[in-house]
Amino acid sequence: MYDVLIIGCGVVGAAVAREFSKYNISLAVLEAQNDVAMGQTKANSAIIHAGYDPETGTKMAKLNVFGNELTAKLCKKLNVSFKRIGSLVVAFDEYDQMHVNNLFSRGSANGIKDLEIWSREKCLKEEPALSNKVKCALYAPSAGIINPWEYALALAQTAVKNGADIYFDSFVTSIKKEQEYFKVSVLNGSSYYAKYIINAAGVHSDEIASMVSDNAVKIVPTKGEYYLLDKSQGTLVNHIIFQCPTEKGKGVLVAPTIHGNLIVGPNAEYTKNKNDTSTSASGLDYVAKMALKSVPDINFKDNIRNFSGVRANTLDEDFIIGESNTVKGFFNLAGIKSPGLTAAAAIAKEIVQICSQSGVVLERKDNFINERKVVSLKSLTADEKNKLISSDPKFGRVICRCETVTEGEIIAALSGVLPAHTVDGVKRRTNAGMGRCQGGFCSSRIVEIISSQLGIDPCEVLQDAQGSVILTKRTKSGDTV
Amino acid sequence: MRHYQLAIIGAGPAGLAAAVKAYENGVKKILVIERDKILGGILNQCIHNGFGLHRFKQELTGPEYADRYIKMLNETSAEIQTDTMVLNITKERILSVISPLRGFENIKADAVILAMGCRERTRGAIRIPGSRPSGIFTAGTAQRYINIDGYMVGRRAVILGSGDIGLIMARRMTLEGAKVLACIEVMPYSSGLNRNIVQCLNDFDIPLYLSHTVIDIKGANRLEKVIAAKVDENRRPIKGTEMEFDCDTLLLSIGLIPENELTRACGIQIDFRTNGAYVYENMQTSCEGIFACGNVVHVHDLVDYVSEESEKAGEAAAKYILGDKTLNNKTIEIDAQGAVTYTVPQRMRCENIDKNLKVFFRVNKSIDKAKIIVSDYQKDIASFKKQYVVPGEMQNIILAKNQIENIRGDYITIRAEEIISE
Repeated sequence: MYDVLIIGCGVVGAAVAREFSKYNISLAVLEAQNDVAMGQTKANSAIIHAGYDPETGTKMAKLNVFGNELTAKLCKKLNVSFKRIGSLVVAFDEYDQMHVNNLFSRGSANGIKDLEIWSREKCLKEEPALSNKVKCALYAPSAGIINPWEYALALAQTAVKNGADIYFDSFVTSIKKEQEYFKVSVLNGSSYYAKYIINAAGVHSDEIASMVSDNAVKIVPTKGEYYLLDKSQGTLVNHIIFQCPTEKGKGVLVAPTIHGNLIVGPNAEYTKNKNDTSTSASGLDYVAKMALKSVPDINFKDNIRNFSGVRANTLDEDFIIGESNTVKGFFNLAGIKSPGLTAAAAIAKEIVQICSQSGVVLERKDNFINERKVVSLKSLTADEKNKLISSDPKFGRVICRCETVTEGEIIAALSGVLPAHTVDGVKRRTNAGMGRCQGGFCSSRIVEIISSQLGIDPCEVLQDAQGSVILTKRTKSGDTV
Repeated sequence: MRHYQLAIIGAGPAGLAAAVKAYENGVKKILVIERDKILGGILNQCIHNGFGLHRFKQELTGPEYADRYIKMLNETSAEIQTDTMVLNITKERILSVISPLRGFENIKADAVILAMGCRERTRGAIRIPGSRPSGIFTAGTAQRYINIDGYMVGRRAVILGSGDIGLIMARRMTLEGAKVLACIEVMPYSSGLNRNIVQCLNDFDIPLYLSHTVIDIKGANRLEKVIAAKVDENRRPIKGTEMEFDCDTLLLSIGLIPENELTRACGIQIDFRTNGAYVYENMQTSCEGIFACGNVVHVHDLVDYVSEESEKAGEAAAKYILGDKTLNNKTIEIDAQGAVTYTVPQRMRCENIDKNLKVFFRVNKSIDKAKIIVSDYQKDIASFKKQYVVPGEMQNIILAKNQIENIRGDYITIRAEEIISE
């Protein structure tokens, strides 16, 4: 029996788990996939927003602005890559200029203190790659870029270090309220019992809510497609470049990523299938065309990957946060679309407070572990590199050439708290395979390392989700093997 | 800091040949740096034959070809450092390297030869839409899994692109028991060698669909389906021509890109047509004392030419190291025109040419009975007849010293024309 059971281990579930793990309660997270951050968290713009977009007075506005501040602190504590590079909302005509002015007022009302309106000259001076049609822009210095899956992983790891249990491959099939507790059944046959349930199931949060006859949540799954360009394009812009919304859509962004690439996207297309993260020629054409309006010199020939993510949009603009109206002890964190990544840490604080008011007894631990060490050879000085390599020579063997990731770092990712066990799991933890050759050189080496570290046959090593096998059988091998 | 006369980055066919030649020309303190644990580079996974016809007048396999040069290298005094990655090079020729055995260190060299080879273009480069399941490999990655690691990558495959590695892999997959359903090429012609079309596709009844491309990829976790369609002259898919292939594997053989991240970071001038460094007649880059050869300069079809070009680089590096600094004579640019898309070298200094200069180039269309014309302003200074030229096969011409020593301007042009019989 758990006190609190969280469904979903994206960035929101992970943040909530970490927040609850500060207290002396028993805590578990159920994740349908085989790793953390497998849904929206791994396929989004990777932006920590300043908070001028949400309507003043909404939960979204409050949690965005507060979340921005919390995320910066957490990333520092937990060693997560995050950089406040600032954002620009760029205006190209009078209509846009009005919008920018409105955002300035709204942002100020939302509590952002350091917003500025930049003139055309200032825009072109600070951001020379911008289209020369720019009229003015809203500058928000607190906006930043983050490694979203590393962030979710760091939050989940902290929760585990502080006693939380995380169960992967645990697709929830039913939730029954039995007197004072819930019984949660999982596709693999296991059942879990808990006094309180937190629904953080992202695009599936409506399905989870309906299991307890709570039909207040209605997700409108919305696909967003992206380009990720080579590092040769990563220095094209210095800020996150947003467009003003038009009647056709919200506009696409162009931004450097925390890894030094350039990200371009997204569009917004309603999709019936929540699991459909495919891209389309028309969607990608639209994204490229829109992006070139703000930054005309993007070289799409340097594209290294396209991806799409499905966002948990709702008809209601605001986040749905709080106890279900139909079932006591069941809490929804639903419709957490953009700026959900930014708000996650604040949402976690909010829900813990709501739970406490609803009767969850929370007593602070005095030994809460709130740190995380990461070894990244790239970031070390020459002396530090040599010290590390002499202690373990595997840190001197580069496996991923494009991102300079060593065997030592990969082995470290395959052990410890919430270790990787797939090729993409290694990628999310170390960046190996994220570069311009997209794993062309290193994937076979990584399969070999996973196979030997985990003691499994290479044919069992997965690319990513369950079923994503890479190798099918041995080649003709004779009797000796 | 360790100091060498010559540091060579990469011990594939280019690095090996350059090292041997530099040694033969009097350079004794050579360091060959290789990131893999063994020498030979990509040749090690090319277990098919067809290598060495020009060089050794024999049909060798890739490993056999590499072995010839490894044996020659072992006869020299060159130091070999495997399992070592070069992280950076400076114009002053200081290399930052890292390895399990020696850790992180800087190495100084009087001259450097870049021989890092190339990498494969990926799905992202041609923006294939669809889902992102496992089962999509570049042909070279699949080749490594099958030939080095000993594992099959799938059961039913489609090959996109008719580059040589894709063709070779169509045959290899078939021999290992997989069904290869089709080879799909977006251009109206194959980009691979004709002999590979015959021996790898035709001999196994694998259909080649020219002017077709993959327009969609289906499959949630492992690849389930590939949708292909015919394309128009602008390479845009034509509605109504879609074909579905039920397959669990898609191999991409859609081109190679010279691996020049070190080169770029060093500030060496890169030719956007080849994606390799601009080189002079002796394979020196825009940076004095830094030479380049093999697939890092431009992508070759035949290893034999890689060796030849690399020997030239090795010899030139030796000359440079041993004090012949009279290399900065008047530079003539070689301007590729018309159907000729690029040349290597891109520039030359005639005084440095001994007897003749071999100029490699590619064309962007097939021409039967072609004439390659070299001009100095309006005046044709040389012309060469070719039975045919095709985009899939690298061409070369040999300019004699006397043809190029009296050039008036600061560039010559090379173009290809069809010979119209009268």
